[in-house]
Amino acid sequence: MHKPFAMAALLAASCGAQAATDSDLAAIRSQIDEMKKTYEQRIASLEQKLAQAEARDEVRTAAPVTSKSAVAETVTGNRAENTASSFNPEVSLILQGQYKDMKNGAGRGITGFVPAGGHDHGTGAIEGINKRGFSVDHTELVFAANIDPNWRGQAIIAAVDGKAEVEEAWFQSLGLGQGIGLKGGRFRSGIGYLNEQHPHTWDFADAPLMYQAMFGTEGGYAQDGIQLKWLAPTPLFLEFGAEFGRGANFPGSDRNKNGSGGGAVFAHLGGDVGEANNWRAGVSYLKTSARERESVFRDVGGLEAQGFFAGDSATWLADFVWKWAPNGNPKYQNFKFQSEYFVRREDGNMTCKDENAVGNACAAEVTGTYRTRQSGWYAQGIYQFTPNWRAGLRYEQLDSGTRDFGINAANLAVDAYKPKKSTAMVDYSWSEFSRVRLQFAQDKSMQGVTDNQITMQYIMSLGAHGAHKF
Amino acid sequence: MKRLFSLLLMLAALPAWASLNVFATVPEWASLAREIGGDKVKVYSATNAFQDPHRIEAKPSLLAQARQANLLVAAGADLEIGWLPLVIRDSGNSAIQVGRPGYFEAANYVSRLDIPTVLDRAHGDVHAAGNPHIHLDPRNVLKVGEALAARMAELDAPNAAAYQAAYKLFAGKWQAAIGRWEKEAAGLRGVPVLVHHSSFVYLSAWLGLKEVGMLEPKPGVEPSSGHLGNLLARQQSAPAKMVLRTAYNQEGPSQWIAGKTGIPAVLLPYTVGGTNEAKDLFGLFDDTLQRLQKAVR
Repeated sequence: MHKPFAMAALLAASCGAQAATDSDLAAIRSQIDEMKKTYEQRIASLEQKLAQAEARDEVRTAAPVTSKSAVAETVTGNRAENTASSFNPEVSLILQGQYKDMKNGAGRGITGFVPAGGHDHGTGAIEGINKRGFSVDHTELVFAANIDPNWRGQAIIAAVDGKAEVEEAWFQSLGLGQGIGLKGGRFRSGIGYLNEQHPHTWDFADAPLMYQAMFGTEGGYAQDGIQLKWLAPTPLFLEFGAEFGRGANFPGSDRNKNGSGGGAVFAHLGGDVGEANNWRAGVSYLKTSARERESVFRDVGGLEAQGFFAGDSATWLADFVWKWAPNGNPKYQNFKFQSEYFVRREDGNMTCKDENAVGNACAAEVTGTYRTRQSGWYAQGIYQFTPNWRAGLRYEQLDSGTRDFGINAANLAVDAYKPKKSTAMVDYSWSEFSRVRLQFAQDKSMQGVTDNQITMQYIMSLGAHGAHKF
Repeated sequence: MKRLFSLLLMLAALPAWASLNVFATVPEWASLAREIGGDKVKVYSATNAFQDPHRIEAKPSLLAQARQANLLVAAGADLEIGWLPLVIRDSGNSAIQVGRPGYFEAANYVSRLDIPTVLDRAHGDVHAAGNPHIHLDPRNVLKVGEALAARMAELDAPNAAAYQAAYKLFAGKWQAAIGRWEKEAAGLRGVPVLVHHSSFVYLSAWLGLKEVGMLEPKPGVEPSSGHLGNLLARQQSAPAKMVLRTAYNQEGPSQWIAGKTGIPAVLLPYTVGGTNEAKDLFGLFDDTLQRLQKAVR
């Protein structure tokens, strides 16, 4: 690196040798010193430039392109990608918590509908939906990555007080081709519209009554099994899906058997109307079976009784979503309307018991036929009027419908009621990663009770955050 | 009746004419694909110039289009990270999956600017791979075009020669246009400007515009009155000559600055279709330069 300097010095020295007076020598020395200085400066600046260039090169990332393309990529400094940690999955964490002000209802439920999850309100236990005051309701840890060129995987671990559960854990095909998609593991079922969405993407702090009635307080149906989807090669979005699985969750129950315990089919249709409007409509059918599915009832005297259902449960769902944004640019303003309807038929037998020996009408076990047909719907509209603010309204109504308890009708109270709930919310987002929400609801889901509820909620997402579904 | 029948026949045969079905995420690359592909390709643009490409939803129509594409042309550098991965995965189309020849990312073929040294969301909506709005330096368009022509030739071998020839023709015209634009824009060198979002980094680097401030306090965060006030105060010491925004940005903040300072608020087409004049890539740059020159006078 110092070669030019050395040569210059040699040259200078050889010239100087002919007439070596002291003053000449001094002059030569000062000249050499000067040259040395300028060269050193130039070398230093060149070294600096080189270092900068190398640093820049290292930062540049170029996605690996496996194509046989003839054109070499002009940016190939992919050294920074070579560390093992680059292969770590995308990790994100959702923080969600709330403050809730509502009436004290230990046995909170929906009148006329059997509560999912049976007998949870035992000694001192406060279910998620019954929590008043401050609470951290849901902390979600999401891991996702491509497994190899053929598969992608994702796991969601949800931590609720005192326990962590595997909310989802699935693998998904990447391009089987022909519009076919395959998913396997534990996943939120593709039925309905809201079902596949996680609580942090909901537009209200709680699931609609309809989802709570259909699937319990989790507000969604998840399945351990496989899902097959096919997207038709048409300009209009047309998708069909089928699922087979364990069917362990309400309205089914976990059973010790081979084969499929629950299945679902669904079809979606969607498209654009001009630049500004997009829509999707769907119809789904879920069939599950239950054995020993426990629910809490009141007997004719008002005492608690346990009912154990064995039979089939079939649910039809229809869903519709319409989104509007000026020029199709949702950033500043947009509006979303969504509505879903369900009807469920259950057919089988129910055994009424007095497990806690409270002296109810089923002190001697009574088994009779059990047939119900129940329905419900909700409709909601969300308007985002600035990049940060949104406001929304939701109205919902259920119908306890026909409930034929057979001979148990003589032992158990058969409620007929139309639960209703109206909800208004306004939320503020600093960015797409942070949001706070204020929600007012007038909940008439329990007969004779009008519960005015105020919820303040926050939703924060940390780390890599994947795309949301339509 | 006969005419109607032949029209129907023509319509039925339409897809057969196009041997390559291209799904472009943004209008600029849709336009480039049309330049290279001509009548050999059918090009769908997922967005228009009035849509913020960062904030698109994985709409059903996009899934339906992606399902039938042979080639997906993305801007890349994480511009479409909020929606494209979902569209690709749910399309059930093996050809356009990331890493396959049918997946093309424009940003891979140019040197990117603004690569952050620190990745922290406290800095706003940062793109780890650098600024993704690469097309506003016309030299980048040429690099992407060369790679895209090669990719189209690879995917549709029978028409390879046609793609290469079309690219050569385009590149010749484009290079001549670059020369013309650079001459026209000589007066813009060193002109200080304010920008709404960091959408014009490559344009500024090419033309030598000096970006002295951004209306968004952090990339992707909407302008606040406090931040705009600061920019106004800075105008005394480091005056900007104009304030630039894209067709999809809100005009309020630019107009506010313009009203307070008297400098012009300039809407640039940003991409093909952003203004009536920006009908294709040539029109995009012609109109951009015209609007800049009008503002600097």
